[in-house]
Order: sequence, then structure tokens, then C-alpha cells
Amino acid sequence: MANRSLVAIEEYSKEKILYMLEMAKEFEKCPNRKILDSKIVATLFFEPSTRTRLSFETAANRLGAKVIGFTDPKVTSSTKGESLKDTIMMVSNYADVIVMRHYLEGAARYASEIAPVPIVNAGDGANQHPSQTMLDLYSIYKTQGTLENLNIYMVGDLKYGRTVHSLLMAMRHFNPTFHFVAPDELKMPDEYKLYCRKNGIRYEEHRDFNEDVIADADIIYMTRVQRERFTDLMEYEKVKNVYILHEQMLHKTKETMKILHPLPRVNEIAYDVDNSPKAYYFQQAKNGLYARQAIICDVLGITLDEVRNNK
Amino acid sequence: MQENKKELQVAAIENGTVIDHIPADKLFSVVSILKLAEMPNNITIGFNLDSKKIGKKGIIKIAGKYFEEEELDKISLVAPHAHINIIKDYKIIEKKSINMPHELVGIVKCNNPKCITNNEPMKTRFTLIDEEQGILKCHYCEKEQNKEDVVIL
Repeated sequence: MANRSLVAIEEYSKEKILYMLEMAKEFEKCPNRKILDSKIVATLFFEPSTRTRLSFETAANRLGAKVIGFTDPKVTSSTKGESLKDTIMMVSNYADVIVMRHYLEGAARYASEIAPVPIVNAGDGANQHPSQTMLDLYSIYKTQGTLENLNIYMVGDLKYGRTVHSLLMAMRHFNPTFHFVAPDELKMPDEYKLYCRKNGIRYEEHRDFNEDVIADADIIYMTRVQRERFTDLMEYEKVKNVYILHEQMLHKTKETMKILHPLPRVNEIAYDVDNSPKAYYFQQAKNGLYARQAIICDVLGITLDEVRNNK
Repeated sequence: MQENKKELQVAAIENGTVIDHIPADKLFSVVSILKLAEMPNNITIGFNLDSKKIGKKGIIKIAGKYFEEEELDKISLVAPHAHINIIKDYKIIEKKSINMPHELVGIVKCNNPKCITNNEPMKTRFTLIDEEQGILKCHYCEKEQNKEDVVIL
């Protein structure tokens, strides 16, 4: 069998992204399908990530699979010095698919090269987190009815934010216009702007964040501005309250505009926004379930038709 | 070759491969990349020899050994301007230049301390993504790095 692992979002073509979104849509219609009745899904979290783990494990459970794994590497042999390879080979004996989160970059790629079973990357250090990108895409698709020709505003930490970089690359197929709203210290790195130019993607950069800047948005993708990212704490003090979204900033925005956030949020979205119909971050997290059900099925070789025929 | 005109700094070989004009400080990197220490062949190594072109150079003469091009391309990182001469009956029958290979496996170390290759007993793997600028990309952690900044394993 060809290796069907999902390590990086760039492996997905435009057609494949749309296909996966269709499959996620099927799962949203009916999340409980015993398609994986006899399967075992291993969730190996070499670094804790409660949110991602719960989402993957719920996805597996709703598909009827059994889940094994660990949530904290302290309880595994990694602390005894066991190599990643040995852990992966051992678990491959038991499970049909391995969902793994690792603090080292490239860990999932390496695992996918040595494991006889498919690997789903649930985050490898600062590198890739493709299931997050799929749920972001699904949230955009669902709320806008399309992925094509959208105005997408990315706000906050655009320098270190892995989710915005992956989303940017995945959106290249769909003719977006990006607006990067960030303080100088956390600006979108040059390599991604170069990537936009190479792929003919329009973008604008903004330092200000106010109701006029965001008036044209279809999607506002908020991220957290973290104190530890700043070399100059004076700079942090200056900008920490600038990139906060308040309810009164939304009046000029489109009716259909939605606010996304990969969560956890701290203070970058004021609580008064939560009641706005434009706030979408909690539903976004829920969409992660359907996106992950689709990913688990796909790496196991289950097609969209098979999902559709299994009510 | 100027070597024919005066006394050779390193004795000639009858058959084999001569790698000349290696920057002196890279000589032992070439020895290690080509795994010469593990070869049974008769090998002569000249170190810190005078060179009009590059000041101090290294030269390696490996008797009875002809390399595959991919093997020689591995030294492109340290000695991209080295000359390769193929010797038969004391004569140069072919001169080769070195090309930067598209993929480098197990040759250089990734600069990212959080890369899996620096934490697991495994081979590194890099792709050359920009030949002109010498930019390598780690196949695992996906970090791009300049070939000047990477360490040879």
C-alpha cells in the first residue's frame, strides 16, 4: 500500500483539499458512523496538547475505532532513552494508524518513512500542523460557501504563527487577497511574502488595527501576541493592547464576515465579541472534529463514496 | 599539467583517481566524505602544498579506484572547484568537474537543534533548492539554510 500519511498540508492538491472538505461535510451531517469498527487508532502525544488530542480521540471514537496511546511522554519509554523509531515500530504492531504530536520538527516525516502504518501529523514542533489547517479551511468554506476570491485578514503574531503560515500556503489555490495586520516585530516573514508574489497572491500589510482597516474582510483570523516573542519588552508594552478585537470594531464589517482563532485565546478577542454572530472560533474548534474524521478515514484508504454509502 | 614540468609534490599513480586543488582546510573533510579511511586502496594524500591558484591546497591520489559521479558530487559542498583527473597508465584520460547534487543524504548536519535528525540516530537529508545561492532545505524540519552555514558530518 502506498504511504497515505498526512505530514504536511502542502501534500494536498487543490482537488484533494476540496475532496477532504466534502468528506468533512458528510461527517458533519452525521458524525456517528461505525466505519472503523475493527480499527485501532493510536494517539502518541510526545508533547501534551489536550485540545488536539481530545479532538482526534473524539473523531476516532465517533468512527467506532478503539483508541490507544499516551498523553504525556513522561509515562513512556522515551524517558528511558528509547528512540522515536523504536516507539513507532512497537506501536505499529498494535495500531492501524498513528496520530502523533511531537516537540521535534520533522518527527512526523521521519515516522512516516519508517512506519508500516499511516501517520497523521498532529503537530511537529514549530513545523507543521495540517489538521489545524484543514479545520480552518473547512470553517472558511462552510461560512463563506466557497474558498475562492476571499479577503482574509491575519492579525497578531504573523512571524511565529504556524497556523497562519500553513493557511496562507493552502489558500494559494483559491485566489485570496491577504491583509497582514501585525506589529513590526511580528510581521509576516519575507519568505512568505515572497511565496505570495511567486504564486500571484495579492497582499497588503497594515500596522494599524481598527474598524476601517478590517471593513472589507470576509475572514478575520486572530492570533495571540505572546510576550515571550518580544526581544524588546518596551515594544511589547506598546503593542499588547493594539491587536485586540472589540465588538465596536465590527460595525463596518460585512454581514457574512466571520472571526476565526486557533485557540486558546488570552485577551486578543474581547469577551464582548463572543455574542456577535460574527464570532466563529468555538464552532471552528468543533469543525476540527469533522476535519479529523475525514483525515483518519482518508489515511486508512476509505473514500468519500464509502463514507456516503455508510449512513 | 604543471606537475609534469617539475618534480611532483606527490608521487604519480599508474591507475586511479586524482582529486586536486582541494582547499587545504577542507582536505580532511573530503577524506571523510569519501570515506577514504575505510578503503583498502593505496592512497597518497598531500596536505598544505603550494598552489598558485588557491595558496595552500590538498591533493588526494587514490590508486585503482574510479568513483561514481554521485560519490564525487558529495564533495561539492566543501571543494566545489576541485579538479578530478582519471588516470590510466600514468596519463590523464579524463577530467571531470564537480556538480552540486540535488539531494544530500547523510552529509551535512541540520542547523536546527529542534530538528529530529539532531535527536535521533538517523541520516540527514537535504534538498538543494537554490543552486546559485547555495540554499539547502532540510527534508525533515523544512528549515532552509545556506551551505556556508552547515556543518559536514
